[in-house]
Amino acid sequence: MSFFKRFAQNRGALVGLVILGLVVLLAICAPFLYPDSPWRMVQRPFLAPGEVAGFPLGTDTMGRDVAAGLAHGAWVSLLIGLISTVVALAIGVPLGALAGYFGGRIDDALMRFTEFFQTIPNFALAIVLVAIMEPTTFSIVLAIAIVSWPPVARLVRGEFLSIKHREYVEAARLVGQTHRDIIIKQILPNTMSPVIVLASLMVATAILLESSLSFLGLGDPDTMSWGYMIGAARTVMRQAWWLSVIPGVAILLTVLALNLVGEGLDDALNPQLARAR
Amino acid sequence: MPYVSLILSRIGKAVIVLLAILVFNFFLIHAAPGDPAAVMAGEAGATDQQFLEDLRERFGLDQSLPVQLWRYMSGVVQLDFGYSYRRQMPVLDLILARLPATLLLTGAAFVISLTFGIIAGTLAAMRAKRPSGSIIMGLSLLFYATPLYWVAMMAVLVFSVMLDWLPAYGYSTVGAGYTGLTHVGDVAMHLILPALTLGLFFMAVYTRMTRTSMLSISQQDFVKTARAKGLAPGVIQRRHILRNALLPIITLAGLQAGQMVGGAVLTETVFAWPGIGRLMYESLMQRDYNLLLGIFFFCALLVILFNMFTDVIYRLADPRIKQSAA
Repeated sequence: MSFFKRFAQNRGALVGLVILGLVVLLAICAPFLYPDSPWRMVQRPFLAPGEVAGFPLGTDTMGRDVAAGLAHGAWVSLLIGLISTVVALAIGVPLGALAGYFGGRIDDALMRFTEFFQTIPNFALAIVLVAIMEPTTFSIVLAIAIVSWPPVARLVRGEFLSIKHREYVEAARLVGQTHRDIIIKQILPNTMSPVIVLASLMVATAILLESSLSFLGLGDPDTMSWGYMIGAARTVMRQAWWLSVIPGVAILLTVLALNLVGEGLDDALNPQLARAR
Repeated sequence: MPYVSLILSRIGKAVIVLLAILVFNFFLIHAAPGDPAAVMAGEAGATDQQFLEDLRERFGLDQSLPVQLWRYMSGVVQLDFGYSYRRQMPVLDLILARLPATLLLTGAAFVISLTFGIIAGTLAAMRAKRPSGSIIMGLSLLFYATPLYWVAMMAVLVFSVMLDWLPAYGYSTVGAGYTGLTHVGDVAMHLILPALTLGLFFMAVYTRMTRTSMLSISQQDFVKTARAKGLAPGVIQRRHILRNALLPIITLAGLQAGQMVGGAVLTETVFAWPGIGRLMYESLMQRDYNLLLGIFFFCALLVILFNMFTDVIYRLADPRIKQSAA
């Protein structure tokens, strides 16, 4: 069976892919649908959804268009989720590869380092980092990456440990390939399928983390994000429930979709593992 | 006495982690944009030069970095976490006053999530091929993907604002002056919503874990033997499969402790629960970074203590694990 056939056999994964596609489409179209800044006051505040034509999702406490915020927020969520995952991979993959490949003292030292980061409470560390570096898109991405790389390092290390004594690796060593070539050209490509599955789940977690940070007021003050919208609506929940419900559903759907796609990727990339699902 | 040396080595590890966090805190303050004294004071003293001078003096900011680090570390070892200039109280007193509420909330959430997670996961494993099993797994995926703070807000909206069943904010009814059992009941009513919302996410984690673990163990030979012996399916599920499936769940529970503390920050913020999570949010709002770093240190301490606790439980639950595995 091909990759796509196996992926498509998981119905949940297809649903996830469709939802994710819609969110991506919304994010890409945001600058065309709502060319104005989502921070601009455009109508009376506290308009309920559908109350005034042209504002299908109503307006918030400052008279900003909720639909515009939702569209621009989609872009921010996806971008931060994606970039911070890439940065986390850039930290975790080399560390895990070195630890698994060389073993011994290098492995010990690197794994102690990883354990240290795993012991520190994730979200508290992210809060402290962003608060003290000042909230910007850069500091948020960095903080999320710093708290999410350890599982990558552990996974890659485990894969390296199990692969490094395979015959083709021994053969590469015999013909005199350098460590660098063996790591990058021989072993690394064969560790990629579980890493890809993990990465798709990490994007979901990163989006949740970003939204939680901006909910606490630690978002980049220049970008509109879903977490910020919910945080700003917290005090007016009794008067305007839709201000917190709408962005919350957006986050829920996006994260759910990414999880479903991750499961589908797992089915498609690791078919030999008869998963107990 | 293998346990004694085991516990000693664990404590040694924990101390190293805590010291590393202190060094990390120290350099974070120095890496922050601006004057460390201003960062420590949370810009409270930006207008008052004398105040900043006092701070510089106190933290020895005119000295070299190693000397400053030494001063900071030796202060903490003597339980001196500094002073919150915003609140005019020592950081340690502020944190200790808020700690019991957090322990109550996370403890309740932990028990709820573990109990219901294991029950739901067992049911899902026993009905793996039936629709009811899929529904449990679907729900757990849903809870897993929902932002915690949003669940908290929706719970307030539904159960407090719309239905008016449960109190939405705080730890007890303000000004009611309840004592004895009435007070306990009052706190319990206030605890229900925060503990349930915090527990929901972890319940989803434990449900998935229990199910996977049970299904993989049910394939093993000793289970086949038990079936061949003609044992009742219920007995096999409980005595043979579930018992063995619980071990990885204990490990996972230990690993989740850090997440639980982070979740407490969000839950306590929404429910105005007077714990250290809420204090963390308040210190953020007031830019009281000295307090923030103190709380961060305590969060790590809590996680480490909890990890040690689960480690001991794990060894009690599975005597096969020898000290050498530590």
